[in-house]
This record gives sequence, C-alpha cells and structure tokens, in this order.
Amino acid sequence: MENNEPVDQERRKFIKTVCMGVAAVALSPAAFKILGPSEALAFVQNTKRRWVFLVDTNKCIGCGFCVKACKQENEIAYDAPVSRTWVERYVVKKDGDTLIDSPKAGRDGFIDAAIEGQAVPPSEIAKGFFVPKLCNQCENPPCVQVCPVGATYQIKEGIVMVDRKWCIGCGYCIEACPYSARFFNPELKVAEKCNFCYHRTVKGLKPACVQNCPVGARQIGNIKDPDDPVTKIVLNERVSVLKEEYGTDPQAYYLGLDRSVR
Amino acid sequence: MHNHVIRPFLVVLAVFVILITVRHFFVPKDFKVGDRGFMYSYHRQGNEKEWADFKVKYQSREYCADCHDENFKKIIASPHKIIQCENCHGPAVGHPDTIEKLPIDKSRELCERCHTKLNYPTSLRGQIKGIDPQQHYPGKECCSCHDPHHPNGPSRTVDNNLAGTNLKETGAAINGK
Repeated sequence: MENNEPVDQERRKFIKTVCMGVAAVALSPAAFKILGPSEALAFVQNTKRRWVFLVDTNKCIGCGFCVKACKQENEIAYDAPVSRTWVERYVVKKDGDTLIDSPKAGRDGFIDAAIEGQAVPPSEIAKGFFVPKLCNQCENPPCVQVCPVGATYQIKEGIVMVDRKWCIGCGYCIEACPYSARFFNPELKVAEKCNFCYHRTVKGLKPACVQNCPVGARQIGNIKDPDDPVTKIVLNERVSVLKEEYGTDPQAYYLGLDRSVR
Repeated sequence: MHNHVIRPFLVVLAVFVILITVRHFFVPKDFKVGDRGFMYSYHRQGNEKEWADFKVKYQSREYCADCHDENFKKIIASPHKIIQCENCHGPAVGHPDTIEKLPIDKSRELCERCHTKLNYPTSLRGQIKGIDPQQHYPGKECCSCHDPHHPNGPSRTVDNNLAGTNLKETGAAINGK
C-alpha cells in the first residue's frame, strides 16, 4: 500500500496536465478575437433579412396589373416587348395538349379567350391558370458569376442587382439565366432585371407588383423572420420552385404549380 | 543571364506594370468585395445607394385616402375594395404638386382585364363575374353604366332618365330591346 502512494500522485499529476492541455487546445483563439467596428456592426444590423417571393398561382386572375405597375415603377420602355416580371397563361386541354401564351408579357391582361390563336371551348379545358414570373433572386446566381466587369452583384438581403453605370451590355448574364428573367434594356443599353423593387423595400414599402396585385397572388417576405406570414407558408406548406435541377437555389416560391409549367 | 531570356521577361513586366497602373486610375475607389464574397458581390459599393435613391412612383391608396376620403370610403365598401386606386388612375407620383390631375383610364380594355369571362376551372379567374366583350354592348364605355367605385350599386348612365334604374332594364333600353 505504502509503495503505491508516489505512483498515485504521479497519475493525478498526469491527469491534471492532460485535462488542462485539452482545455487549452479546445479554447480556440477565435474566442479572444477582437471584432473590428464594421464586423461588430454587421452582427447587430440587417444581417437577419433575406427577401423571398411567394406566388400563389391558385389566386392569380391574370389581370396584368403587376406587369403594368412594374413597368411604370421601374421606368421600363412601356411598349417594348420586355419586362422585369411577366404573366404566363396555361391552358391544358382534356386531350393533354398544353397551350401557353403571354401577350405583351401580360401587361394588358388576358382579354381574349383565344390562346395561341385557338378558341378552346370550355368543355375541352381540363386546367386553365396563370403563372406570374420574375427574377428568382437565386442564392447561387449564375448570372453574377459570368459578369466580366463586376457590374452585377448580390447584396446581403439576397437580391441580385445590376450596376447600370458599370454594365457594358455584353449580354453574358442574359444568356446565363435559366429563367430568362434578364433582358436588354432597349433605352439604357444595359442588362436589366427585377430587384424586388429595392428602392421601395429599403423604404419599408412593398414592391410595386405586390402592392398592385388585387388578389394577393404575389407576396414578399423575410425568410429569416419566423413570424413572417410568407416564411410560415414556405416552411409549412407544399411549395415548389422553378427549375430546381439547375442548382441555383431559386428564392421565388410557388403554390399550386403544375407540371406543365416550364 | 543571356539577353534573349531577360528581354521577354522585361516585356511581361512592363505589360504587368501598365495594367496595374491603368487599373488603379480606371477602377472606382469603392469597388470592393461585398457580403457574399468575391464570386457574388465584388462590386461598386456606391451603386446600392444609387438604387436606393431611385424614385418611388406608386404611392398606395392610403396616400390617396388622405384627400379623396369620399371615394376611398365608397370603394372600400364595394367588391372592388381589392383594387388599388393607381391601377385605374395611374401612379400618383407628383400628384397633386406638379401633376394637377391624374389621367383616368376609362377604356373597356381596363375592365376586361378581369371581367372577360374565361372559363378556367382551376383558377380564381373562372369565378369572377364576366362578360364576352364581343356580345356585351361592344363599343360602349363600361363606366357609362357601371360605377367602378360601387359596381353593385344602381346604374349611372349618362342618360338622366335611366340613372338609378336597374342595370338589366337600362341595358335593354340602351340596346333598344
């Protein structure tokens, strides 16, 4: 018994040292890092906002007020066949044929029952609905990566913007977008796209298309805020996105999307 | 070292120096990497401010209600309460300061956006009361009979004899039936 005492003390010392060593290694140097003022500010300011869009195709009536408002709000040539947002009409016939049109991007609504020049009698229509489309503000935007001059970029709220002064109008981004959400601004000769009405959202207003939709088919929300009604729908209901297979992680969510929608 | 090795090296160095110098003067000072890293947000920081200063055109009907209280109350009590004022009256930017009177779109095409009957079973559009524009008094302005602020109310035809009467009878009278 007496002979064992020094061994015990040796063991105690060893265990002590090992514990302290492990604790010292586990305490990463990051814990002692002093944040710069801008880094500290980033933690308290605006970092908890990421805009997402929610389109309810069950509600859309194809009035086209969103397109009209968007073009006027964002000063896009009114009569040019281009638009930041557009509405597509789908008519699926009972024989399986799908007819799709979007006259003038849906700016003047759908006032003619004939689609693609065909007057489909109501008895032959299996499904008929409208799908509003806009920039998906992808989490991994392919349009940004291809810009050779850094004229398009993503901000912390997730919105992809175009620098009109810096854009050289090469059109790579227009080609890169799998959703055809970008186009060439015929007046300014630069790439053009939806930016969720950034000039309105920074002032606390809703985008023009959201405000002017009479049926609430278009909504914007902050996915980082669990109490946001849009977040609740995106997280709890059955939503889908367009062209998920491209890996762009689009942030425009759709309710009631049909397989005929491309 | 041999001369033929040094000379091309000097050319490469010169090109590099010229590039760096030109870039220094040409690229704006606020060109920086943003919050999403170099791949997604290397940009001119000042552009965010430029977009934030872009002019807002659509003001929402709360702005209209400040002065046009009577019309606001009227439409709020009708099925047209879901429609924003500016959809028919145009964006209110500059009104009333610089633009005294906003243009009113009274065209048939405006009403037809929602009220052309489209029998789509899986869309809300199919449930809206609609007409066939070719059959329903073609060429007539909708608002010569229907009050857009109060669509369910009595008719408001230009003909004083017919004002306030039932819309069905009014229609029959206009068509001479």
